[in-house]
Amino acid sequence: MNSHDDELIKKLNLTAVKIRKHIIEMLYRAKSGHPGGSLSAVDAIVTLYFHHMKHNPKKPGDPNRDRFILSKGHAAPTLYAVLAECGYFDLKELKRLREINCMLQGHPVSQHIPGVEASTGSLGHGLSFANGAALAGKLDKKKYNVYVMLGDGETDEGQIWEAASAASHYKLDNLTGMLDRNFLQIDGHTEDVLRLESVRERWSSFGWNVIEIDGHDMQQIANAFHGTDGHEKQPSMVILNTVKGKGVSFMENNVDFHGVPPNELEYKIAMEELDVLQRKLEDAQ
Amino acid sequence: MSKEMVNPRIAYGETLIELGKKHPNLVVLDADLSKSTKTIMFAKKYPNRFFEMGIAEANMISTAAGLASCGKIVFASTFAVFATGRVYDQIRMDVAYSNANVKIFATHGGISVGKDGASHQMIEDIALMRVLPNMMVFAPSDATQTRRIVECMASNYGPMYARVGRANAPLIYKKDDLKEVKIGKGIIIEDGDDISIIACGTMVDHALDARKLLLKEGIKTRVVDMYSIKPIDKKLILKCAKETNAIITTEEHSIIGGLGSVVSEILAEEECPCKFKRMGIRDIFCESGEPKDLFAKYGLSANHVVKTVKKMMK
Repeated sequence: MNSHDDELIKKLNLTAVKIRKHIIEMLYRAKSGHPGGSLSAVDAIVTLYFHHMKHNPKKPGDPNRDRFILSKGHAAPTLYAVLAECGYFDLKELKRLREINCMLQGHPVSQHIPGVEASTGSLGHGLSFANGAALAGKLDKKKYNVYVMLGDGETDEGQIWEAASAASHYKLDNLTGMLDRNFLQIDGHTEDVLRLESVRERWSSFGWNVIEIDGHDMQQIANAFHGTDGHEKQPSMVILNTVKGKGVSFMENNVDFHGVPPNELEYKIAMEELDVLQRKLEDAQ
Repeated sequence: MSKEMVNPRIAYGETLIELGKKHPNLVVLDADLSKSTKTIMFAKKYPNRFFEMGIAEANMISTAAGLASCGKIVFASTFAVFATGRVYDQIRMDVAYSNANVKIFATHGGISVGKDGASHQMIEDIALMRVLPNMMVFAPSDATQTRRIVECMASNYGPMYARVGRANAPLIYKKDDLKEVKIGKGIIIEDGDDISIIACGTMVDHALDARKLLLKEGIKTRVVDMYSIKPIDKKLILKCAKETNAIITTEEHSIIGGLGSVVSEILAEEECPCKFKRMGIRDIFCESGEPKDLFAKYGLSANHVVKTVKKMMK
């Protein structure tokens, strides 16, 4: 296991709080959007962009960049907040999420938003798209890696399993999947809606290298990506055990916040909670 | 005189090989039908740039978009029925909405698929593809034009769809007679001032046959090959409306949403009324049978074109 220093982990945790505050702010202003799955996805995406991936916000089209594809496109606020904090575009854009005549669409659009790799929002496409980017990398003998985040509910889609077969068939070891395993989708618990277990065995039986970690532990996340990058001849799937709505007490594990934004009171409480968390992290050794 | 028959699918395969040399960034995908679509010809020549995706068309289309995002010119092929309806959402999101440089080249379009029956006779593909923003749509009429259109698809950026039939097709253009095709243009193959027949795909040949029969009776038809359905040659359509007494469209496709719809939309909107008739599959599923019998039963033979023209002349 590669151990990362405490300073780095602290920095990542603080960045994650900042992103969570952006998300709450954005959704409150937009009066629509998806808090639950945006919040559960934060820590892994923060680790990718602020620590692990090779990328340059000044050169979003660099052919040698690592690529991240958000297949669960409804977590767009997380991606937008991360891209803005990285410097792909002005933080001011975040205030105008989902507004007319503005850049940030309800779901990611590759054409108009710097740093967004794929247009997503219709579930089940992103892994196939990532396969394409990984195949191109192999063909061009480039060193970049491709990362793709899937929602757990999203893996109900048949196309995911077509893509799972193809990635394994083509030995796409430059591809790392991230499964946001928060156990909730719109209609309820994933195991009640359409059983997914055993998730781990499913992916490994499709020929994937599977790692299962706490999806909110920066140390574990950083170690997992470090491990999958070096893994050969197989694609890797990092199962991120996460909490839907993570970071805001009343949103955690609450399916009602899948696609409903906070009202004014909820917004205030959520921001206060995140402020408290931020101060706690800042004060920590 | 018997017609020279060439299969447009073979023309596609041969052109891919030529383009593979010209464009090192051109890749080809197929969904377990490479022997039928003829992408196998490219696969043999450039095995590392060919990706067999198996019977998984949705994955093929989204993967094509991923490859295109890395600078590849991507041709994805399968039968028209699987290349459009089955993967509509993938094309909509990953190809059209993303304005990806993906070229969907479908074979086995229309009823001339024949004996496989209605399950495999795609008569809605042009309609499905042309409603997508950014998407360009082509229906070449013979092997030579197929070559030119495939070249055109490779050298122009953007999402494009083209369909050809399964069967051998009479050669309408000699190779040297058609050096290039232009996106958004139609071709007047034979001129006349009585009635314009605007056709695409296999129906161009039927229209030419009909023209010969009608000439014997002194009726001079203009035959237009409207291979570029989106964008379409609006100027030429309006010219036909002004210069001839009526327009007939004919296509191996449903009368709803295809070439006939495009032409009628333009005529109506440009306030350029003229007598007008759509020929196509009249909102039904067809059946198994020999292509010539199907054309005869479902109203798309040269004789049907003759009858329709005569009716319009009255």
